[in-house]
Amino acid sequence: MSGTVPGNPSTLGALAGRALTNRSFIIGLFITLVVAAMALVSFFWTPFDVTRLIVADRMQPPSSAHWFGTDHFGRDVLSMIMIGARNSIAVALVAVGIGMGVGVPLGCWAAARGGWIDEALMRFNDLIFAFPALLSAIMITAVFGPSAINAIIAIGIFNIPVFARVARAGALSIWPREYILAARAAGKGKARITVEHIIPNIANLLLVQGTIQFALGILAEAALSYVGLGTQPPMPSWGRMLFDAQTVMIVAPWLALFPGCAILLTVLGLNLLGDGISDIFDPRARRRP
Amino acid sequence: MTAYLLKRLLIGAATLVVASVVVFLMLEVVPGDPARVMLGMNASEAQVELLRDQMGLNQPLIVRYLDWARGLLSLDFGKSYTYSVPVIDLVKERFVVSFPLAIIALALSTLIAIPIGLFAAARRGRAGDTAAMAVAQIGVAMPNFWFALLLVYVFAVWLRLVPAGGFPGWGAGAWPALKALVLPAVALALPQAAILARVTRAALVEVLGEDYIRTARAKGMPMRAVMWRHALRNALIPVLTIMGLQFAFLLAGTIIIENVFYLPGLGRLVFQAITQRDLIVVESVVMLLVAAVIVVNLLVDLSYALVDPRLRTRQ
Repeated sequence: MSGTVPGNPSTLGALAGRALTNRSFIIGLFITLVVAAMALVSFFWTPFDVTRLIVADRMQPPSSAHWFGTDHFGRDVLSMIMIGARNSIAVALVAVGIGMGVGVPLGCWAAARGGWIDEALMRFNDLIFAFPALLSAIMITAVFGPSAINAIIAIGIFNIPVFARVARAGALSIWPREYILAARAAGKGKARITVEHIIPNIANLLLVQGTIQFALGILAEAALSYVGLGTQPPMPSWGRMLFDAQTVMIVAPWLALFPGCAILLTVLGLNLLGDGISDIFDPRARRRP
Repeated sequence: MTAYLLKRLLIGAATLVVASVVVFLMLEVVPGDPARVMLGMNASEAQVELLRDQMGLNQPLIVRYLDWARGLLSLDFGKSYTYSVPVIDLVKERFVVSFPLAIIALALSTLIAIPIGLFAAARRGRAGDTAAMAVAQIGVAMPNFWFALLLVYVFAVWLRLVPAGGFPGWGAGAWPALKALVLPAVALALPQAAILARVTRAALVEVLGEDYIRTARAKGMPMRAVMWRHALRNALIPVLTIMGLQFAFLLAGTIIIENVFYLPGLGRLVFQAITQRDLIVVESVVMLLVAAVIVVNLLVDLSYALVDPRLRTRQ
């Protein structure tokens, strides 16, 4: 079906056709689904119970019983990575939710109103944008106490200007279209047009940005947990596992290997998915000769 | 151009002011009385009250903010609660580790990224491009502190080429000091280089489609010269923008990476201060780093004009 691409870029069939032939999209979706499935399964089942510390089993190298080995408390690394996935996804997802939930309405409002409201909102946006995000997140979690909730808020706040910017830019390109003019002629208000026409038409942009911020959120959560400011033990988290692995790395290098691979693969999957989605919706942007 | 720069300058200044207010207020709401922290649990109420007076903690909020802000402008950040030495002295001591580290990492990432971007763009769509961008894709997803751990394992534990951590100080000579900074700098630089290489390639591919590139090729200019003289120069604006943004990441990354390598830089200072609730040190360092990010972004805005003569005359 990829032959129909240039003529009719947005019918569902054409989109599906491009999705099925897009390598980034397929690989990215596959990795993302595997990680998500791992996180979901961890709610019902993990190979071992990570709340039980079995000292006799401590620091076992990978084996058929413990695929990824065990840590210094005898906990199964694979089980911890599964629960860590749940944790990483929850933090990053809520942070993206905060960014979208506040940023998109702000951006759409700025685009719809224009004038001084637009100017004021965008200058305010620039202000938050100029703050180094991870640095500020470190400060927020340091001041308000290290916890997953504070990490979510800190990461989420810095997602707001990103989504506001994308939503505004997207909305500004939609407003001059003829179908918007038609909707206005039909007597629809700006708010209703935004909800019924603008947002559905910028949804692909938001989705792409969403996957990017999701990936960045996972990296940020891992970094914060690594320095002890994110998710707190005994709750397993990928960043914290790497911190614990550091001191015993010489005798148990697998402890430093697998959580890092989990972060790398998850972020890679999300980035590929984002690249794929933007290709699918706008094939000409990438394939320029 | 002047109007544009003036606007950027104003935004930079406003950001600094807002940042200082936010940082100041954030530390106001923190539980715990700094005077009590300094004197310890055994001090009497009267002693604490006296110290609060001396430290100016009983002044109204706005007075304290203005005092603090005035201090910032003259680089007088006050005294550390735990070390009882001026914060600026602590900062100076650590700055000579963090600043070289950030600069080496930035230089390294640029030196790696630009040639890779050029290489990939010149072969776009072919095997070399695909391979380079696949590696870059992995680099973008790599958490730098994990990459740092892997580097330590390979180069310090296995091969024993460099120390696994610690810093001998510049007094021990330039070479041992630089050796201690090699792994941290590489750990910071490579993930950044991956992002920069992708941006460079994308910008170059955009530029290579322009008519003046075809003209240059048509008059017989060799591809290599076209790439460096015409394409790269025109692609430089998005590349510079990303480099400016990356500087903020680099500083935050430095803070994290210093903890991996036990480097006595600003990052270690911040984390020690956090665990000791020495908040005046935390706020000073954060303010300094925010200021550094703002200044670097201003420099990037300025450099646009250097790179692109058209911007100098535009009204």
